[in-house]
Amino acid sequence: MSEPTYTRTELMICVAARLFEDGATCFIGTGIPMLAAMLAAKTTAPNLVPVFEFGGTGAILEELPRAVGEARTFHKGISALGICDTMETAQRGFIDYGFLGGAQIDPYGNLNSVVIGDHDHPRVRLPGSGGGNDVGSFCWKTIAIMQHDARRFIPKVDFLTTPGFLTGPGTRQAAGLPPGTGPAYVVSTLALMDYEPASCRMRLKALYPGVTVEAVVASTNFELVMPTHVEDIPAPGAEELRLLRDEIDPLKFYI
Amino acid sequence: MQILESGIGELIQPFDMDEFREWNRTRKSRKLVDKRMSEQEAVSKFVYDGCYIGTELYGTVRAPMSLAREVVRQNKKDLRVCGQGVLELDLWLAAGLIKKLDITYIGLEVYGIPPSLRRAVESGQVETCVEWSNASITWRMKAAAMGVPFLPTRSMLGTDMLKYSAAKVVEDPFTGIKVALLPALVLDVALIHVQRADMFGNCQIDGITGFALEMSRACKRLIISAEEIIPTEDIRKYPDRTVIPYYLVDAVVHAPFGSYPGEMAYMYGRDEAGIKEWVDMSATAEGAKEYLDKYVFGLKDHAAYLDLIGKDRLEQAVETRERRE
Repeated sequence: MSEPTYTRTELMICVAARLFEDGATCFIGTGIPMLAAMLAAKTTAPNLVPVFEFGGTGAILEELPRAVGEARTFHKGISALGICDTMETAQRGFIDYGFLGGAQIDPYGNLNSVVIGDHDHPRVRLPGSGGGNDVGSFCWKTIAIMQHDARRFIPKVDFLTTPGFLTGPGTRQAAGLPPGTGPAYVVSTLALMDYEPASCRMRLKALYPGVTVEAVVASTNFELVMPTHVEDIPAPGAEELRLLRDEIDPLKFYI
Repeated sequence: MQILESGIGELIQPFDMDEFREWNRTRKSRKLVDKRMSEQEAVSKFVYDGCYIGTELYGTVRAPMSLAREVVRQNKKDLRVCGQGVLELDLWLAAGLIKKLDITYIGLEVYGIPPSLRRAVESGQVETCVEWSNASITWRMKAAAMGVPFLPTRSMLGTDMLKYSAAKVVEDPFTGIKVALLPALVLDVALIHVQRADMFGNCQIDGITGFALEMSRACKRLIISAEEIIPTEDIRKYPDRTVIPYYLVDAVVHAPFGSYPGEMAYMYGRDEAGIKEWVDMSATAEGAKEYLDKYVFGLKDHAAYLDLIGKDRLEQAVETRERRE
């Protein structure tokens, strides 16, 4: 049997899906996080409790939501309330994970989704924070899902939209953000990163098949912390790919 | 209370909670009167140039699209807007109606950054973008709904979001933690689309309520569009289902398929091709204008719009609705 072929995006979704903890409450943003949550629910985390910001909690994700308020976000769900319920639930410490995207990320996991360039005279106006800032402020652990290239992994984001570890150890709490919260992982198109506890800086954790440390370094516009041992991430399994292609995104919105 | 940090963003809708109380005392009727009217009448009566306006829920989900198109048709200008929006605010941006934004997220979701937002902001046509997160803009409305001038939150802290907002950071006088104070937001006008309303404006919503409860209680004028107008006996039979009571409402517009091409939970699903048409055409300013000519200016009203879309596509949308199984 030949090895299944797959794209970097498909692998990124699989890696993100494997990070979902079964039974945990997870804030799910638009796009790739939705695919990852669906894959997790169909494989390793069947008791996952997805939370969508406009009010859907505990949906059974049978079809891919294309919007964070779509009826699919509360399909056979536990509750369909409003944004105050979900955000207040997060603010009082009930949401374990938040899955986020962004246009730029820095070594401390801060994300930008507001502007490229100067705020008042932007080169590119991006959609805005949406619930991103709230998710990054309130969830116990946040996981960023990003395209990996040197324009996106940069020393300082143009606009700090969603708080990571801000400028290093202790700065989240000093700013007033709830203690014990912060970024946990970055899932990119090349590798999986975590954060070095002492410095709060992004650290390479594991490489995708065929990707070298040099390739990751070349695509990262800041110094990544290197671990003593870099793990290897297995390729997506045939079943993961089948689920992704046939059941999760058959209309190819993302893959 | 010592202010530790102040956002430099403009408070683009200054407020006075006593004035809001007075407004609610003298300008909002408690009488059960028939408020049904056409979308032309509702928009011309309550939406005005320069007003501060908001829409709920957003873009592709229970959005007041028929009212949003009517605002474009009547060319209400210099709008100050809070958004959270997809298709509805995108139309206003493309039509050049928005002067200032309390922006949370204006995007095309699956389809990315809206070119009309980019054109309007990068050209300076939109004079100001004040940044807020989704939770914080809703809590601003919640403060107004509560009748208090601000609410504290642990969001926005430590970021450029705080800096480019109009929030302030203080030390909480009870426990000493830092909190961001969000100023109340009292809208001049709000547009909310619901599944069902009676002629007085009592509303029921199926599915998620988004921020309808907060927005409906944080505005001076409220235009409701409803898929169905139902008898008041049905409201009184299920009073637990009323999420917006009549006295908040100024106009009730009957708008079947009012959220199309977006969805309405349990009634119809979204029309992907209809959404994609805007995504594709709005890629250029000329294309966006062509779209507006075809779907807004070239049509008299929502009924004409539905005729243009045609029975087949609407039935197809009904077919793909979320079902209670």
